[in-house]
Amino acid sequence: MPGKLKVKIVAGRHLPVMDRASDLTDAFVEVKFGNTTFKTDVYPKSLNPQWNSEWFKFEVDDEELQDEPLQITVLDHDTYSANDAIGKVYIDIDPLLYSEAATVISGWFPIYDTIHGIRGEINVVVKVDLFNDLNRFRQSSCGVKFFCTTSIPKCYRAVIIHGFVEELVVNEDPEYQWIDRIRTPRASNEARQRLISLMSGELQRKIGLKVLEMRGNAVVGYLQCFDLEGESGLVVRAIGTACTLDKLSNTSAFLPACNSPSKEMKESPLVHPPSHGCRSTHNSPIHTATGSRLTQNFSVSVPTLIYTGMGSGSAGKEGGPFKTLLRQQTQSALEQREFPFFTLTTFPPGFLVHVGGVVSARSVKLLDRIHNPAFVGIMGNTRSYKLLDWNSFNSDEPETRDAWWAEIRQEIKSHAKALGCHAVVGYSESTSICEEVCILSASGTAAVLNPRFLQDGTMEGCLEQRIEEASPPGCGFCHIPYDELNMPFPAHLTYCYNCRKQKVPDVLFTTIDLPVEAIVVGKGCLIQARLCRLKKKAQAEANATSISNLLPFMEYEVHTQLMNKLKLRGMNALFGLRIQITVGENMLMGLASATGVYLAALPTPGGIQIAGKTPNDGTYEQHISHMQKKINDTIAKNKELYEINPPELPEEIIGSPIPEPRQRSRLLRSQSESSDEVTELDLSHGKKDAFVLEIDDTDAMEDVHSLLTDVPPPSGFYSCNTEIMPGINNWTPEIQMFTAVRVSRLSNINPTNQTLNKNFNDLCENLLKSLYFKLRSMVPCCLCHVNFTVALPEDELVQIAVTAVAITYDKNQALQANKAPTEKSQQRASTDNEEQLQFPLELCSDPLSAQPFSPAKEVLEGASSHSGIPAAQRATSLEKASPLAEGYLRHRSVPSCTNSTVSVVKMTPLSFLPGAKITKYLGIINMFFIRETTSLREEGGVSGFLHAFIAEVFAMVRAHVAALGGNAVVSYIMKQCVFMENPNKNQAQCLINVSGDAVIFVRESELEMLPVQPSTAAPQPTSSAGDVTT
Amino acid sequence: MSGDTEDTGETLGTRGDIWGHCGDIWGHRAAPAAGMSSDLDVFVGNTTLIDEEVYRLWLDGHSVAEAVARRLRGGVLEREGTSVAVLQSDTRDHYRTFQMLERLLHVPPRLLQQLLFQIPPERQALLVQRYYAFDEALARELLGKKLSKGTKKELDEVSARTGVGIRSCRRQFDNFKRVFKAVEELRGPLAENIQQLFLLPPPLARDYAAIVFFANSRFETGKRRLQFLSFADFAACAQSMMGHWSQGALAPEAAEPDGDLPKSFLQDLKELKVLVTDKDLLDQHKSLVCSALRGKISVYNELEASFKALSRALVNVGGKLTHARDVRDFFVDLVEKVIEPCRSDKWSPGDLRLFLTHYTAAPRNLPGFRHQALWERYMAAITACLLRMYHD
Repeated sequence: MPGKLKVKIVAGRHLPVMDRASDLTDAFVEVKFGNTTFKTDVYPKSLNPQWNSEWFKFEVDDEELQDEPLQITVLDHDTYSANDAIGKVYIDIDPLLYSEAATVISGWFPIYDTIHGIRGEINVVVKVDLFNDLNRFRQSSCGVKFFCTTSIPKCYRAVIIHGFVEELVVNEDPEYQWIDRIRTPRASNEARQRLISLMSGELQRKIGLKVLEMRGNAVVGYLQCFDLEGESGLVVRAIGTACTLDKLSNTSAFLPACNSPSKEMKESPLVHPPSHGCRSTHNSPIHTATGSRLTQNFSVSVPTLIYTGMGSGSAGKEGGPFKTLLRQQTQSALEQREFPFFTLTTFPPGFLVHVGGVVSARSVKLLDRIHNPAFVGIMGNTRSYKLLDWNSFNSDEPETRDAWWAEIRQEIKSHAKALGCHAVVGYSESTSICEEVCILSASGTAAVLNPRFLQDGTMEGCLEQRIEEASPPGCGFCHIPYDELNMPFPAHLTYCYNCRKQKVPDVLFTTIDLPVEAIVVGKGCLIQARLCRLKKKAQAEANATSISNLLPFMEYEVHTQLMNKLKLRGMNALFGLRIQITVGENMLMGLASATGVYLAALPTPGGIQIAGKTPNDGTYEQHISHMQKKINDTIAKNKELYEINPPELPEEIIGSPIPEPRQRSRLLRSQSESSDEVTELDLSHGKKDAFVLEIDDTDAMEDVHSLLTDVPPPSGFYSCNTEIMPGINNWTPEIQMFTAVRVSRLSNINPTNQTLNKNFNDLCENLLKSLYFKLRSMVPCCLCHVNFTVALPEDELVQIAVTAVAITYDKNQALQANKAPTEKSQQRASTDNEEQLQFPLELCSDPLSAQPFSPAKEVLEGASSHSGIPAAQRATSLEKASPLAEGYLRHRSVPSCTNSTVSVVKMTPLSFLPGAKITKYLGIINMFFIRETTSLREEGGVSGFLHAFIAEVFAMVRAHVAALGGNAVVSYIMKQCVFMENPNKNQAQCLINVSGDAVIFVRESELEMLPVQPSTAAPQPTSSAGDVTT
Repeated sequence: MSGDTEDTGETLGTRGDIWGHCGDIWGHRAAPAAGMSSDLDVFVGNTTLIDEEVYRLWLDGHSVAEAVARRLRGGVLEREGTSVAVLQSDTRDHYRTFQMLERLLHVPPRLLQQLLFQIPPERQALLVQRYYAFDEALARELLGKKLSKGTKKELDEVSARTGVGIRSCRRQFDNFKRVFKAVEELRGPLAENIQQLFLLPPPLARDYAAIVFFANSRFETGKRRLQFLSFADFAACAQSMMGHWSQGALAPEAAEPDGDLPKSFLQDLKELKVLVTDKDLLDQHKSLVCSALRGKISVYNELEASFKALSRALVNVGGKLTHARDVRDFFVDLVEKVIEPCRSDKWSPGDLRLFLTHYTAAPRNLPGFRHQALWERYMAAITACLLRMYHD
């Protein structure tokens, strides 16, 4: 399918002065695609040139269209010397290659220079004409849609969810080529930017081919990362979930209220197949293992840890046969797949049957640059890599990296199997590299899926119907998938608190978002475990070995912290769990983030009990009991703060921190200490079976202290790292996405693990505090999708980058809505023993979970009237404006900006925009930038430099989205932010990689004006679900 | 405060050294920063956060440390329960943002077009308006002075006299100068030009027009006897003068910039001298005015006594406007020869108004006086100025 790419250069504005004599610029533009270059005329002596060029036409095959970026260079003509480059614009034309996305790219793009940043803007129009081609052996995959969003995109319906697709491409890093020593920093940076752009294009095309092979038409949850392996090369890798999507034909008929992800999801997959989602029983907590295999002949074996809350459960009597049948069914559906993994974190209802727990695997590898003797062109594709002609042999065969990842995935798969699950959802992969050591990590949530979505509707039988009846939607996913009689690890099971029919574990850890149908009590909160471990500086194998040895202990401790903090908040489940282990020269850092919630289906968590080592010592005992009191108080306070009032025993629970002597779980500090000394000390008033923390040394004391140092967010703030904040459902359209970066020195002459832990903990807490302060004008608000990334750029330097979105919500409505969940659950509890009817259950779970993003009209109107302040009114308000007191600042991220010439583009890490409906996906944004300076001090030091760069990256993302005709980026993520400085030389360099989905959204308030059906919020999806079940 | 950076030339062949690539991934080990704690700390929102209080502190020229101290005194800590470190970090973020914005604030229309900062329009308007707002005490000091480097050097004294911080003084001075340069050569009404180029609200644009007008004509305003006049007085005078005398007042597509008074008009003013040089005309003028005012004015006797002196002063002020040196004395003359004598005779503002009205109207009935239109145009501005200036 060859095509014709057409480019027109219209004008430039605000160009920099290139000729100091005249204070003007003689600018012209080079337009390059592949090997073809066109030039515009020189527009003399102007900072606002009007080129108005002809259409430059490139006739190319679609393979090239997919791989190559369009490269636009603005130059200053110089008669006597070489022309000076002003800057460049790279335009990814991929969105033009599939029919449903953008048809034209047209707009003002910032002209970017890697040394000077943004230097003026250029107006460009790009179009593509594709010719049909029926060649079956084509290398391109035009037409496959890509989404970063980790759920089925709004305005689409999932027909089939095929499964995992992955690919990686390896190349030599231009920064490490010999040529780099004689070229300018600019040339080097540009070579790198261009190479990564090419590799991304190629990677996407290859993934697209795999999707076509699977007969899919889209990739959802597409995550592309690059590994800077230094001398050994540059790896660009991507994973995603192949799907067959159907565009919902009439999006405008889709009601405004349906913009909530939950709702649409609810509708989409259920439209087609006549049977309702299969829901059955079971579940469990966490199952993690750390495998560490090194390259080639070197390998270290690490004991596999399985940890969970402990205790024993009795065997279930029901559901056995169904389970087996279901398992067989699913197995057959998943068997064709090498890796039954899904990068999705939110699913169509009925897709997720049971959740087993978190599975993760890590492996330590040595990046070896010696074993690349082959002078082979990387992909056998010479076209793309002319840049590397000087030295274009392969640094490393992609097969090596492939094998590494395959190994890890295999391990994940086997862990999932051990949990009685055939699939892994919420799957992700990451790396951490320091010098020649690389930690590969993968994690996900073991799950049992409904086969109906995995292949064409052949699996609908009476079996499902019968399971259906026994599985209420609000708790089904919590039920254990593994066999109670043959559990993979010791776990404490109880009957589900919701349906009382199936077994559930005492805690549940997952990497996915909270399922929309889940019944939650109270609100959720961000929970982080933070950890530092010193390690000796070492080389190669020795280094890898010491890292491998440390990893299991870190995993264990991270898990312990998470568990303790969860209990301290009186909650029983974690969603969106992401554990990041970062390797540095002399330490390892672990940061786990998750959103804690109280699932109504799981038992009430026990409190935390402290056990002292030397009970005879009076003062010590006093101290212990003091601590115990503090912990109990904290738990009580947290329960109040997060409104955790489980319906069963409300009065008792509010008052007492250790409510039900239901479970007996003990926490072991580490394996060595856990040996024989562990005795259960019963200090607290005869209350047994709480979570026991043993204070056997100062370390343990520190740990308990650190538990209590986590300060809850100031009033009016909530935070979570998932998309949906459990318990808040009345968002206003006001959002503020932000990125904050901090680099701090963990300065200690003799650092110990404890001091490092404390420093690291303080760093994170202070960062959060700072965010709350900055966003205080948005209160009441919630920080959603809080994403921390830790890097160790240098000895003792810790870099933390946070991207999140603050969304305001309506407090008055929140109060009303808060009552709903409890009422609901109470209602549920009362109907528990009655016949489980699908329909009424849907009804009552619906207002709670399925419409959290449809703010009432009042809110919308209030907000829109705010944004649309008439000019006159604005002027008067400004004229009387005087320095306002701190608290008065009311910053509105106003949507409609009609007066301004620049259109507003919203950015959010979430897959949706509150109070708005996404009407069209325009394609993915995947951008990579390098910025470098040799005048660091002059640019305001490291902070000034990075501040400007991040602002520039945002600006370029917005400009690209606007040029595609979009007004927002959803599922935005900053995948990489690598910052290096050399203050002695007054230099710094930074690389940033971002991605997201460009979309067009329409405000619900505006939608309502359109002649569509009346927008009664709740009944719509419910009735459709009801139609299916009845 | 300028965020501008010089275009540093690139050097070839240093790349290998910069990051020390040989065997070292990012050159970290090459040069550990000796004792330097690199405290990088940034926050960037998709919508640029603007804190009005911090903006005010920045505009007032406070350093980050001073700004933090002032915010602390404002009680932020107690209200928000945060720490000093958080406040410092927040202040630094805002200061960096403002420094980056300053370049754009120099050309406000660019602030609207730029892509780097996403700022809602009403916030943009606020930024511009606050940036161009000025202290009247400072503006009063600078009225009529040449906006040159020499004047800028004297700002230290001005700062001491007015109590406006020196950095703020410099910024405001630069604003005056920038606006002056931008509209110097433009045709049409000064205030409208300023409003368009700098997106200022109309009242502020009019004030700037006055500043430009004074800087252009270099009226003397610093004399002791003029000290009782405020910036607002002079601004009002400038507006009247431009409104009545400039070419734009007659033909909108005037050839000359508004800030310069039209040469031909000033030349014509010489013709009015006949009112005081011709003995008959002067006497008739006096009798006309006196008869009209008899019984209506409390200071009739004083008026009768001083009419000739007043009339001479009023006419001669106009006649001198052709000479740049004499132009400077315009306000001094008005005060010395009109306002002060009237004040010492205890004229009320109402008396002055009544007098000027009849004084302006009377020549219509003078036989042989053919310049009534010119006379009224001239006197309209003079009247407005005098009435505005006639206070203690």
